[in-house]
Amino acid sequence: MALIRLDDISFAYPGRATVLDRADLTLREGERIGLMGPNGAGKTTLFHLIMGLLKPDSGRIEIFGREVREEKDFESVRRQIGFLFQDADDQLFHPTVLEDVAFGPLNLGKSREEAQLIAMKTLEKLGLERFEERITHRLSGGEKRLVALATVLAMEPKVLLLDEPTAGLDERTKERLTQLLKGFDLTYIIISHELDFLMETTTAVYAMADGRIQWDEEVKLHRHIHGHRHGAYPHAHE
Amino acid sequence: MIQEPFAIGASPLHQTDPRLKIILATAYSFLVAVLQGFPALLTALVLSIALVAVARLDSRALFRRLGLANGLILFLWVLLPFTFPGKPLASIGPFALSLEGVRFCAQITLKSNAIILALIALVATSPIATLGYALHRLHVPAKMVLLLLLTYRYLFVLEQEYERLARAMRMRGFRPQTSLHTYRTYAYLVGMLFVRASARAERVHQAMLCRGFTGRFRTLKTFTLARRDWIWPFAAGCAMSGLIMLEWTTGWH
Repeated sequence: MALIRLDDISFAYPGRATVLDRADLTLREGERIGLMGPNGAGKTTLFHLIMGLLKPDSGRIEIFGREVREEKDFESVRRQIGFLFQDADDQLFHPTVLEDVAFGPLNLGKSREEAQLIAMKTLEKLGLERFEERITHRLSGGEKRLVALATVLAMEPKVLLLDEPTAGLDERTKERLTQLLKGFDLTYIIISHELDFLMETTTAVYAMADGRIQWDEEVKLHRHIHGHRHGAYPHAHE
Repeated sequence: MIQEPFAIGASPLHQTDPRLKIILATAYSFLVAVLQGFPALLTALVLSIALVAVARLDSRALFRRLGLANGLILFLWVLLPFTFPGKPLASIGPFALSLEGVRFCAQITLKSNAIILALIALVATSPIATLGYALHRLHVPAKMVLLLLLTYRYLFVLEQEYERLARAMRMRGFRPQTSLHTYRTYAYLVGMLFVRASARAERVHQAMLCRGFTGRFRTLKTFTLARRDWIWPFAAGCAMSGLIMLEWTTGWH
């Protein structure tokens, strides 16, 4: 079943050139899609359109088999699709971690006890035990990213949209995130500039260019540049 | 940017329900603000000092804060005694010092110090976040509580953004001088901060919407009154009626 289907979506920010030009995208249950593309290609815009933060100029958006148009329709979409923002500071607005993670579940109508339990469990699942009373603005960049992921996962979404989740993370945190994502039983789309990360975490990588989403299946032979000391001298690799 | 030097501690006041502390601090501040007689005002000051003693606060931070407030009060002492109409007490050159003016200044000084000390002992002994949740539980409108909590949270982010911009300016050789270039640069800096703050606010709101926010503010935090907390309203009741009695018998009305 198609969880998300975009048909012929066009979008332009007022007074600027077209970002999306009759773009199509289908996300089926269980799919894990990577999305690459140059800056300004419309990757984040695409996510905002799916979440209803922006409205397309033309085209049709179908989510969970139903067409969504109005703010009302998107309210229910937002309860089932988790969106991880580029900047975790945008997402963590509560003073303490536990309150922040519980915010989503409370909005879903859970009782205080349930919300607290869900929040604790989610933090535990991400290896963030004992973070409950930490002050959000004093977390490190990597910790902020993981806590932001916890705030999204606590809503038990059917689909995840991750906007450059590895940006600014060190190798260790990146590896931790990779393992976490691989361990989830979730459908997701990841925007990233890091092909290595996408190859690990997704099953298909699409490229965005000229306002379209393209599927590049052709395998191309390519070389890698690698550097090491004394590399200027001729040598062989096994 | 915001330091909370008194928020952490193990004194009885730190452990008291913040809702109770907010209510008592408010009632006490109003009462002290309307007191007139010096016996009552001095007693209030002594009571406030006693509260601070119970809270066992860092005295250096305390004096720094009092110094700040009393710096403003000093201005009143410079101006008011000479401008307030009343019986002349003494004269310095062409200026006459009025008895009423001096009395008025002394009242203001006592009142403000008594209130500030009580607020430090009662309100500043809870972290701002906790105060926000306590206000929410006291049915302060959700919008105001959110405003307080979001301001608290994003002041740090804005400060970092300011630091980043200021650092980048310095790295490119900017040195503040008395020149149009300096004023213009600062104006751009402030303008940039406003632009960034408003873009940030937009994104935070979007992130809140994405997590199902529909305008209602919900929190996990609950507060329970411990049995030992009941001593505070009782003590405050006694102290405040004492002050009223004192004012009644010794104040001039």
